[in-house]
Amino acid sequence: MGKTIIEIKDLVKTYKVGGETVTALHRISLHVEEGEFIAIIGPSGSGKSTLMNMIGCLDKPESGEYILEGNDVGKLNDYELATIRNQKIGFIFQNFNLLSKLTAIENVELPLLYQGVAPQEQKQLAQECLEKVGLGDRAQHLPTQLSGGQQQRVAIARSLVCNPPILLADEPTGALDSKTSKEILDVMKKLNGEGHTIILITHDLGVARQAKRIVQIKDGRLYENGGDPVETSAFF
Amino acid sequence: MRTEGILLKLLPSFKLAWRNIQTSKLRSFLTMLGIIIGVASVIALVSIGQSSSQSVNASINSLGTNVLSVSVLNSDSSDFTADDVNGLQKVNGVKRVAPVISGRITAKNGTTSSTISVVGTTASYQKIKNIKVANGRFLADIDNELRLKTVVLGSSAASTLFSGENPVGQTVQLNGTSYKVVGVLQSSGSSMGSSGDDTIFVPLRTAEQLTGSNAISSVYVQVQSADQVSFVERQLNYALLSVFHDTDDYSVSNSQDVMDAMSDVQNTMSLLLGSIASISLLVGGIGIMNIMFVSVSERTKEIGIRKAIGAKRKDILVQFLIEAVVLSALGGLIGVGAGFAAIKIYALFASTSVTLSLSVTALSFGFSLIVGVVFGVFPANKASKLNPIQALRYE
Repeated sequence: MGKTIIEIKDLVKTYKVGGETVTALHRISLHVEEGEFIAIIGPSGSGKSTLMNMIGCLDKPESGEYILEGNDVGKLNDYELATIRNQKIGFIFQNFNLLSKLTAIENVELPLLYQGVAPQEQKQLAQECLEKVGLGDRAQHLPTQLSGGQQQRVAIARSLVCNPPILLADEPTGALDSKTSKEILDVMKKLNGEGHTIILITHDLGVARQAKRIVQIKDGRLYENGGDPVETSAFF
Repeated sequence: MRTEGILLKLLPSFKLAWRNIQTSKLRSFLTMLGIIIGVASVIALVSIGQSSSQSVNASINSLGTNVLSVSVLNSDSSDFTADDVNGLQKVNGVKRVAPVISGRITAKNGTTSSTISVVGTTASYQKIKNIKVANGRFLADIDNELRLKTVVLGSSAASTLFSGENPVGQTVQLNGTSYKVVGVLQSSGSSMGSSGDDTIFVPLRTAEQLTGSNAISSVYVQVQSADQVSFVERQLNYALLSVFHDTDDYSVSNSQDVMDAMSDVQNTMSLLLGSIASISLLVGGIGIMNIMFVSVSERTKEIGIRKAIGAKRKDILVQFLIEAVVLSALGGLIGVGAGFAAIKIYALFASTSVTLSLSVTALSFGFSLIVGVVFGVFPANKASKLNPIQALRYE
C-alpha cells in the first residue's frame, strides 16, 4: 500500500491515581498508512482518550515508540509538539471546541495564525476550507448563530486549513442527531476520498462501520481482525 | 519587515482583547478603575502642585528683588522707631528702606464698616514691593512729613467700602477720624495665604497716631545689587543687635531664602502627593492581575483548544499579556482624560490657572503600561503553562 504515516510500537502509558498506578495503554502497536480511514472503537475507560491524546501529540509516550511521518514524538519538546500538532494533525472534537467569541472564519484562520501565515493568505485559505464543507456563506457568523452540524463543519474546516496529513476525530458525531451525524460522516468520507488520512475515535459501532478499517481498544490493548471487530458482543 | 510581521501576528490578539473588554464592559471598567483613579490622581495632584509652586514663586518675585525684610519678633523688648530705621538707611549698599507699622482698625464709609489691616509706611514701600496703582497715587513723602490724613486702599478694601464707586477724592472714617482717599491699588493676588488687596495704607507718622504706637513691626530694605544682598544682611544684623541687644528679638530674611524654602516645601508636597497617587496605580495593577487570573481560569477551555491546534507557550503568554496591557492602557487613557478634567474643575473652583504637566502625563501613562505588563505576566504565565489535555477537559 501507500506510505506509512503512523508507526506505534509497544507504547505504554500509565497514570497515578491516588497512589495507585493505572495502566491506560498496554504495549500498543498500530500502523497507519496514507489515505486510510480507520476507526478506533472502544467503551469509556478503555484507554481510548489516552490513545487519542497520544496520536494527537498532546501527550508523550512513557515507553515504546511513536513515529509520526518520520518524527519520533517521544523525543520532542513542548515547542516541537505544538508545531507538530499545528502542521500534522487536524483535531475534530465531540463538542466542536470552537472559540465562541470568534466568527466562523476567524476560528478557521486560527491554526494559520500560529503558523505565521500572512493575514491575507489566512483569509483566503480559511474561506476555501469553509466552502469545502459547504459553509462559504456563513463565514461571518458566530458559533452561537450556527447549528450543531454547521459548528462541526466549521471545526472540520479548521482541522483542514493547514492541510495536515492526519485528521483526528474524537466522537465527531457524539453531540449530533442521527441525520446531522450522517452529513458529518459523509463530509469525512468525502475528505478521505480526496486523500486525507482519517482516524476516527468512537464508542458507536454504527459510526465505526463507516470507516474502512476498524480497530478495537479494550482495557488498554488493541485488537484488530480483518475489518470487523472481534468480541463485539462483549462490550455492547 | 520583521517588526511589521510581528505586529500583524499580534493584531488578532489586540482584536480579541478589545472584544473581551466590549463583551464584559462593567467588569472591564471596574478592573480599570484602579488604574483610572491612579493615573488621574497622579496627573491632577502633581500638575496642581507644580502650578501652585509656580504661582508662589511668581508672587514671591513680585515682593521685589534684592529685598531683605526685617521682622520685629518681640515688640515689647525695645522701642524700634522711625529714627532707628533711618539708621539702617545709612548702612553701606542699602538703596531704600520702608518701615511698616501694622495694626487693625475699623474703616467706615457711610453705613458700611469693616475691620481691616492697616499698614503705615512711606513712599519707598511702593518702589520696594513693586506695587501698582490702579487709580490716583500711592503715599508720597509729603504725606508723611506733614502727617496728612491720607489713605490708599487695596483693591478689595476699596470694593468693600465703596462698592464699585470711585473712592479717590472721597473720605473714609478710620477709627472715627476722616481720611482722604488718594489712591486705589491694583489687585496683586494672594500669596501664601495673606492678601495685600484687603489692606489699606496710611503714612507712617499718621499710623503712629492711628494705632497709638510708634513701634515698627517690620522694615523692608532694598539692596543696590544682588551680589550685595548677603553683605547687607550681615550689616543689618550687626546694626540691629545694637538696637535690640538680643538676636531672638528680630530676624532678617531675604526673598531668595523664602523662595527656596517655599519651593522646597512645594517639591516635597508634589513628591508626596505623587507617591500616594502612585500607590493607587499599584493597587490598580493588583486589580488587573486579579481579574486576569479569573479570566485565565474561565478561559481554560479556550487555552486548551488553542494549544491543541498548535499555539505555543509564548503565543498564549503574549495573548494574555496583551489583554492585560490593553486593559491598563485603556485605563491609563481614561485616567489621563479624568486627570485633565479634574485639573479644569480645580482651576474653575480655585480660580487659578493650572497647566497640565506633559511630563507627568507621559510618565503616569507609561507607568500604567508597565503596571499592566508586570501584573499581567503572572496570570499570562499561568495560562501558558496549562496542560492542554486537562485544559481541553475543563468545562
